[in-house]
Amino acid sequence: MQFIRFWTLFVARNREFLRDRAAFGWNFLFPFLIIGGFGLIFGGDRYAEYKVGVFPVETENVVPATLDIPEQFRRTQYIQFVGFKTADEAFDKLKHYRIDFLIKAGPPPYPYWLNNTSPKGYIVEKIFRSSLLPPDLSLPAQKNEISGRQIRYVDWFFPGILTMNMMFSALWGVGYVVVRYRKNGVLKRLKATPLTAFEYLSAQMLSRIFLLMFTLAVVWIGCDVIFSFHVEGSYVDLAVVFFVGSLSLTALGLVIASRGTSEEFATGLLNFIAWPMMFLSEVWFSIEGAPHWVKSFANIFPLTHLLKAVRKIMNDGAGLIDVGPELAVLALMTLTFLAIGAWLFSWNR
Amino acid sequence: MALLEVKNLVKRYGRTEAVRGVSFAIPQGICIGLLGPNGAGKTTTIEVIEDIIAPTEGEILYKGRPRTDTFRAEVGILFQQTALLSFLTVHETLVTFQKLYTKTADLQELIAMCHLQDFLSQYNDRISGGQRQRFLLALALVNKPELVFLDEPSTGLDPQARRNLWEIVQNIKAGGRTIVLTTHNMEEAQALCDEIAIMDYGRIIARGSPAELIKRHCGGVTVELPMTSFNPSLPPLSVPFQVVQDRIEIITDDLNGFVAELVAKNVNLKNMAVRSPNLEDVFLTLTGRQLRE
Repeated sequence: MQFIRFWTLFVARNREFLRDRAAFGWNFLFPFLIIGGFGLIFGGDRYAEYKVGVFPVETENVVPATLDIPEQFRRTQYIQFVGFKTADEAFDKLKHYRIDFLIKAGPPPYPYWLNNTSPKGYIVEKIFRSSLLPPDLSLPAQKNEISGRQIRYVDWFFPGILTMNMMFSALWGVGYVVVRYRKNGVLKRLKATPLTAFEYLSAQMLSRIFLLMFTLAVVWIGCDVIFSFHVEGSYVDLAVVFFVGSLSLTALGLVIASRGTSEEFATGLLNFIAWPMMFLSEVWFSIEGAPHWVKSFANIFPLTHLLKAVRKIMNDGAGLIDVGPELAVLALMTLTFLAIGAWLFSWNR
Repeated sequence: MALLEVKNLVKRYGRTEAVRGVSFAIPQGICIGLLGPNGAGKTTTIEVIEDIIAPTEGEILYKGRPRTDTFRAEVGILFQQTALLSFLTVHETLVTFQKLYTKTADLQELIAMCHLQDFLSQYNDRISGGQRQRFLLALALVNKPELVFLDEPSTGLDPQARRNLWEIVQNIKAGGRTIVLTTHNMEEAQALCDEIAIMDYGRIIARGSPAELIKRHCGGVTVELPMTSFNPSLPPLSVPFQVVQDRIEIITDDLNGFVAELVAKNVNLKNMAVRSPNLEDVFLTLTGRQLRE
């Protein structure tokens, strides 16, 4: 390997990315938009888990205090009340799961409706019925609260968006771009020079990692200014985990990039890998309680281990030793992906 | 000793045989042209020699030995179809490619020779077709190659841009470099090549200098007559002829005798043209088809 050839390609690829204003801008804008949007929706006290329709009410946006429904139910947190003028209009929403529960305002008895196949409707019914009981009928129970700093939803969500952005950038930035280069003849032109496949692939990979880490730092600082994220662990440990994670995701991109000249096929393959990885790696929601095989399957994705390690450091204050298993798996995946990618790589097929 | 020797080269794609046992040797310092219509196997042949695609059978010797890893450092290639890294300027791309080689040309000389001065700071994909071909030619020369491959270098260029490119290729030739050029343009082949190998259906069907080929296969002159000059009731001509689009072409070494025959048969000579035969005629004679078909 000649370092100058590697470095030349590394610089050329970085220039190409940094000058492509649309792609460059989007790489920063996308995570900002997602985190900002979700932070606004789920971060404040306006967040409601359940939606309850009430009729007949003149306006859709209702003030709960003005509703003629049981007071205990009306004061329950995390329920959003939605007003409907007629029952038919409300039934339609209930039928299509747009609301979880429906109640007719007025004096008792309180007629209510729910969709029998809706889990949320079932829970709201339980809340509704318990709110009708007098307080002295309640069985004794002791309330306890978790001590220490509260982890906001956005604190849990933020690492997911960062790593998801890394995943998309690594897979598309390497997988898609190299296939496009193969299709339009860039790789063929490079093959006609003394450049080796190893030099080319290393330059592609390290250029992408450099850009990923740079993007990550900018997005982190920007989001921190807006949301003030709290990191329990060390920033250095986080940087190490992000670096190893980006190695692994970029190496996976190289496997996809190793063959093929069809951008459509590459996109299909990338989606086939990215979407299950995004959902099962707990970017958006926890899969705690999912069937065992689903949890086991999620472990085949590098994003699962990366995100687990990042959340352990950010939210739980873990150190590098604590995330050792995740780092080891990511390193092993990187080596495996690199070996497969190098073995399969072709300049022009 | 030949600079490059190709022995019994075969390239198959599944059941399709693109190159069928091609053999030739190229002495140092000449420009050899692979001339043939589209689909004749020229690009496949040249790309196998360039080590871009692997041969199915055959042997390629460079300086008397099988090609090694250093081969790519010693040759320059202009592909028929290629793309370059986006968002890099012409100058940055030249520097990028220069750094991939250990032995390199002087960039200023190269820029001057290929007339790149006016668009050095423009992005690769923002230059005209003629500028692009001159730029790609400069890239092919960035490593001071002994052997230069030019695959259809002037395809798609207007006549002026084509002549500018030919001028540069003539200069490269004058510098003593060996050039392998593929083309389906007989004017280009005649203007640039010392030797020509005519290819058809994956085989070399004739080889020699342009003058030799014309003399060997098309002795005499070419007479062109519009089809409308012939009355279907006229007796047939005594010499073989080819129908080319809306005219017939006859190659004859007895022009006086042939014209006398036409006059005797009352053929209308109003739009008759007489010219020296060219490589197009050679190809027509050898295959019964035109190069541009």
